Amino acid sequence: MKLPITMIVNGETWPLDVEPNEVLLDVIRNRVGAKGAKIGCERGDCGTCTVLFDGRSIRSCLMLAVEADGHEIITVEGIPENGVLSNLQDLFISHNSFQCGFCAPGIVLGAHELLRDNPNPSRHDVQHALAGNLCRCTGYEPILDAVMAAAEEARS
Amino acid sequence: MTITRRPFETDTDERELTFVGKSPTRIDGLEKVSGAARYVDDFDFGPDLLFAEIVEAPHAHALIKRIDTARAEAVPGVVKVVTGADFPFGFGLYMKDRFVFAQDRVRFVGEQVAAVVARDEGIAKRAAKLVEVEYEVLPPVFDPVFAATEEAPLLHPDLADYPHVPWFFPHEGTNIAHWRKTRKGDVEEGFAEADLVLEDTYEVPRYAHCAIEPHVVVSLYDRAGRLTMWSASQSPYTQRHVIAEALAPLGLTHQQIRVITPYVGGGFGGKAGVSMEIMGAALATAVQGHPVKLRFTREQEFYNTYQRQGLKARIKVGVKNDGTILAVEHTMHWDAGAYVEYGANVVNAAGLSASGPYRVPNIKIDALCVYTNLPPGGPYRGFGYSEFNFGLESHMDRIARRLGMDPVAFRRKNAIVEGDTLAYGEKMNPSGLLECIDKVAAAIDWGTKETSDDPHKVVGKGFALMWKAPAMPPNASSSSFLKFNEDGSINVTVSGMELGQGYLTVMAQIVAEVLSVPPEKIRIETPDTDRNPYEWQTVASHVTWGCGQAVEAAAVEAREKIFEVVHRVHGYEEDSLFLRNEAVRCATDPDFELPLRDFVIAGLETDDGSYRGGPIVGSGMFMPEFTSAKSDPETSQGGHPNVHYTVGAAGVVLEIDRQTGKMHIRKTALAVDAGKAINPDLVIGQIVGGLVQGLATVLYEDMRWGEDGRLLNPTFTDYKIPTSLDIPDEIIPIIVEVPQPDGPFGARGVGEHTMIPAAPMIANAVEDALGIRITSMPVTAEKVALSLWEGEA
Ligand code: FES
Ligand code: FES
Repeated sequence: MKLPITMIVNGETWPLDVEPNEVLLDVIRNRVGAKGAKIGCERGDCGTCTVLFDGRSIRSCLMLAVEADGHEIITVEGIPENGVLSNLQDLFISHNSFQCGFCAPGIVLGAHELLRDNPNPSRHDVQHALAGNLCRCTGYEPILDAVMAAAEEARS
Repeated sequence: MTITRRPFETDTDERELTFVGKSPTRIDGLEKVSGAARYVDDFDFGPDLLFAEIVEAPHAHALIKRIDTARAEAVPGVVKVVTGADFPFGFGLYMKDRFVFAQDRVRFVGEQVAAVVARDEGIAKRAAKLVEVEYEVLPPVFDPVFAATEEAPLLHPDLADYPHVPWFFPHEGTNIAHWRKTRKGDVEEGFAEADLVLEDTYEVPRYAHCAIEPHVVVSLYDRAGRLTMWSASQSPYTQRHVIAEALAPLGLTHQQIRVITPYVGGGFGGKAGVSMEIMGAALATAVQGHPVKLRFTREQEFYNTYQRQGLKARIKVGVKNDGTILAVEHTMHWDAGAYVEYGANVVNAAGLSASGPYRVPNIKIDALCVYTNLPPGGPYRGFGYSEFNFGLESHMDRIARRLGMDPVAFRRKNAIVEGDTLAYGEKMNPSGLLECIDKVAAAIDWGTKETSDDPHKVVGKGFALMWKAPAMPPNASSSSFLKFNEDGSINVTVSGMELGQGYLTVMAQIVAEVLSVPPEKIRIETPDTDRNPYEWQTVASHVTWGCGQAVEAAAVEAREKIFEVVHRVHGYEEDSLFLRNEAVRCATDPDFELPLRDFVIAGLETDDGSYRGGPIVGSGMFMPEFTSAKSDPETSQGGHPNVHYTVGAAGVVLEIDRQTGKMHIRKTALAVDAGKAINPDLVIGQIVGGLVQGLATVLYEDMRWGEDGRLLNPTFTDYKIPTSLDIPDEIIPIIVEVPQPDGPFGARGVGEHTMIPAAPMIANAVEDALGIRITSMPVTAEKVALSLWEGEA
């Protein structure tokens, strides 16, 4: 039995019919087509499926699509404003923060949320905020450097 | 072309480099932070896409008596159920000991026995549970030392019949799939002359790669009989080749197979060669006309892709009182798992190099590749060197301490240098090992004791060396095509993979340097075997060095064509022409400046209105023609198996809580001799990322096995890889540059090397701090605390 839901993804309204057991991550990827959210573990461990749910980062592999009815979802595709990358994204590029890049969408969203809520984070705050986003390639250092640089630029 | 004239060999030092040795940002950076980068699972394949689910063996060792697929086939939505009987084909990269699906026997828990293809994932999963398999359980064997004995159950009775490369030596009637013996001098004489001989054993368990993107392959066997595969792979061409060979009985040929490899979400060796992808290919042929997706779960990722092999090593080293190493004997039993088609070459590589980066007159290495009933071992960043280096570099530290010598001074005294004779008789290449040692020692204030304000905490320092050579067949080759566009920008095709290491950026920098076109105007696509030229594989840390030479050759060929057409039209001698800022210039006519975009497609107009030239293209290839795997099987003398070694050193300042064993890295430094860092920032990325991955194997990661051979912790909840909270306080990356004479601009590979010294450096720091020696990995807090309590009890 399919259930009608409506969610707003990256500012667009999406009326959809979903099965009660359909996972939000799968719906975002396969029905909405926002492929930035990635499948890494499907059990809440890795953070590649991170999206902003009414502004808060959540693991979309752990949420059912029906729970998103009436809510607002932002994926990495929704971070640029008017097609312009955020300053944080630019700094991730200039710091060569990512290698394979598979963790990047989740980390962009997690770091975006952190800087929005805490414009003046310590390096440890950043480490804490991103502790749920696994990266196997970089050793995290260039990611942390870019987030700290973004915070610094926002202050100056 | 291949490069016959080395354009930068003589003038690298004097010539100002514009793009090489600089750190332009990655050319794939924008795609990756914007979500534009596409990985295999991100492509849509339409409504006729089917999904596959694997039926897995619950036993580590058993005979398959009967498989009944009827109940699964009856499930609505199931399109096809296949078993080993449908694909009785062996395959393998270096030894054909593996099967698409198990035939009469299963050899590890999780081995693929059958597969269900259905219209959606849920149906496939449910139906797979309905496939009935009857087994006759056999005794399994997990310990490689026991498995190598005659009493052990025999896992591959057909070992003698498996085709394999000529440099493997299987022992028929045993579980020893390959035995690499290396002999130099006479170790017995060396031990007899030694003032101190130390012997001990070291144990290294298995590890998982944990690339964050799971393995996934989508395969379409279309109605015209062409097989196209979208594969998360490090090895598009090798996949095509291995699959074409294995599935030839179905009528597939190389020409009929196309492998497309978009961005890959981490590899670390786990996506090299062919593992689960061959199932995808086989399943596609069973459902012609429908694309079929096979995506591994995180759990399958742990237990049914390559794992890093386990190792039990016995090391015996003899030294003089002055610290001179006289003899090294290293006997390694490798837990290679159920199939060794790739893993046996890991063992082979270790068997040639397990005396480490030292000058040793007498060497005896035995590397035994032993079948066990655990998942197939295979390539993992470090390719055997991380494993043997734990024991070797632990052992060298202990010897120095016994001699009353400073461990760094001991290493410095014995460090291998250019021209020293290697274990297999060849000469060592140019090497900056001494510089690496000195710089790391300085970076961690070696020789100065550090303390903690907390009375429960002690601080120790640890040091370790590393080296590694690419392990490649002697004919592993690379090639490249290059073309100009109307605006003077360039497209390059290669079939090396961007695994995250920054390969595409580095290739662009090489082209940029030769053709004076900035990297941001150079587009390099990920591989497609129908369009991109051949590359053996993206493994062995060889693509910067090997494919870099092919790319350089393609750029040089294009440059020569440019000069040739300018000469024809303008009359300048080709030798007087050079490129600068995307234009042709002339040494004898400073006023001459011809922008590339004016003619690289359109050609040059002559006085009569006709044109000369045309679209400029270049091609290049590279094969290390000086290598050979032919050597005496009893001694390994006589061949030239390795192209060169990359060397380095690392050190750590480690704080340990005596009560809990918890370790905290205050500072760690790693120096690697990159030959020439084409992009220093990307080399630093390899140092930091690789070091953290290496530290994870020693501090956190710990596979737990049930007595039945089942992996107990196949999740990130229970198999801990580092998070952003688990990194050292300070990492000091150090790049040393002693040029590799045949490398592009002097470069050699560094990708794998950076994890190799991590484990022994920690064990050495633990001894420095606490006086206890841990000889098995991982060196977890738990193990440190237990050893301390034992010592105190
Ligand atoms: S896929 Fe959701 S946390 Fe890993
Ligand atoms: S860049 Fe590869 S997982 Fe983070």
